[in-house]
Amino acid sequence: MFTEIDTVAVEDVAAQAVASRAGRGMKRTKEKSVNGSKSNGTVKCEWVVHVKRIREAQDQAAFAELFRHFAPRVKAFLIRSGSDATLAEECAQEVMATLWHKAHLFDPSRATVSTWVFTIARNKRIDALRKQRRPEPEELTWGPEAEPEQEDVIALQQETVQLRTALLELPQAQRELIEKAYFGDLSHREIASQTGLPLGTIKSRIRLALDRLRHAMN
Amino acid sequence: MSNKIKHHLTDNLLMSYAAGTLPEAFDLMVATHLSLCDHCRARTESFDAVGGHILEDQVEASPMAADALAATMALIAQGAQTPKAALGRCSVLPAPLRDYVGGDVSSIRWKPIGMGVKQAILPTTREATARLLFIPAGAAVPDHGHKGIELTMVLQGAFSDEVDHFARGDVEIADEDLEHTPVADMSEDCICLAVTDAPLRFNSLIPRLVQPFLRI
Repeated sequence: MFTEIDTVAVEDVAAQAVASRAGRGMKRTKEKSVNGSKSNGTVKCEWVVHVKRIREAQDQAAFAELFRHFAPRVKAFLIRSGSDATLAEECAQEVMATLWHKAHLFDPSRATVSTWVFTIARNKRIDALRKQRRPEPEELTWGPEAEPEQEDVIALQQETVQLRTALLELPQAQRELIEKAYFGDLSHREIASQTGLPLGTIKSRIRLALDRLRHAMN
Repeated sequence: MSNKIKHHLTDNLLMSYAAGTLPEAFDLMVATHLSLCDHCRARTESFDAVGGHILEDQVEASPMAADALAATMALIAQGAQTPKAALGRCSVLPAPLRDYVGGDVSSIRWKPIGMGVKQAILPTTREATARLLFIPAGAAVPDHGHKGIELTMVLQGAFSDEVDHFARGDVEIADEDLEHTPVADMSEDCICLAVTDAPLRFNSLIPRLVQPFLRI
């Protein structure tokens, strides 16, 4: 069972990571974005606990908090992707219901809750707006008794905070291009012309999680 | 499991798959490759993380209706949609392809297209075409060029062409500049998944004549 102590530990590590990066002074880091990353990292680790509570205890209070944070974002994402407000409202509710039902499939050593909600919202967009099937890769999940190590979870959540900082530091024009690509506003030719996303070490972190998973499955 | 794969998908394709903007046939190619290749799966999940930040950091959220949470709880109370029963295991077809074929290799409805080569077109939206190709051991697919992009991934056996040698999980990415003649290895019949966003054009007369009827 997750306790408050777990949450605090996660927050501490995330905060330390941000502090040490800021202290290195490799880049002129804007005060604001560091603070933003710090609080954001804390929040994201907290969402991991929320999903765990839904999975293990069908915790409606935890769900209500997730709902207040994510449902309006999912709705905005769908509207920005070309949906009308009524359909977006309906789809956002369905996305949140899917989150509840699929809580057991969420792997915090491979994704943050934001990333996971994004993938559910994206699939809903393909299904409801584009009327298309979405082929997904074969599922790799931890068995009911096995679970990712806490340190892997923290490391992945930290990497994601760093990715966000890197994305916020991109030149405005490039950032807008990436947003357009994810909202479906770019043609494939336009996507082909833009490269160089700051994916940093997050790829190898996810790769490590996949390796452990394969190992656990064998 | 993916150590032997040499030919991977491009960042642009993986990012477009993560963004959810590809035609269905290309989604099927990416999902099939990711089932075999943890290297590309990790790259794709990092592009998902970019999507997570875009969702998180939107300038304006859209307020939900007043009763939205209650409505969602009611939706949850109706229960989850029953997940489709997994279609067994198959050493050739990864799960996403089994879904489209409706079973394992024995369920593929092959249609001969000449010289022992067979194909089966898979049901996707029409912006792009996905098909399975069967090339007998040692046989060649007729010399062909491409109007658009063609991705070919090996599922069983292997083939070679002017570019390289391709084995299970490897993807060859061919564009308008490539004219090639893939030849299957002698050791085993070759089965591939091929996806294209435009009709292929064959360079010898007979295949060209039949092309419009066969959708190849």
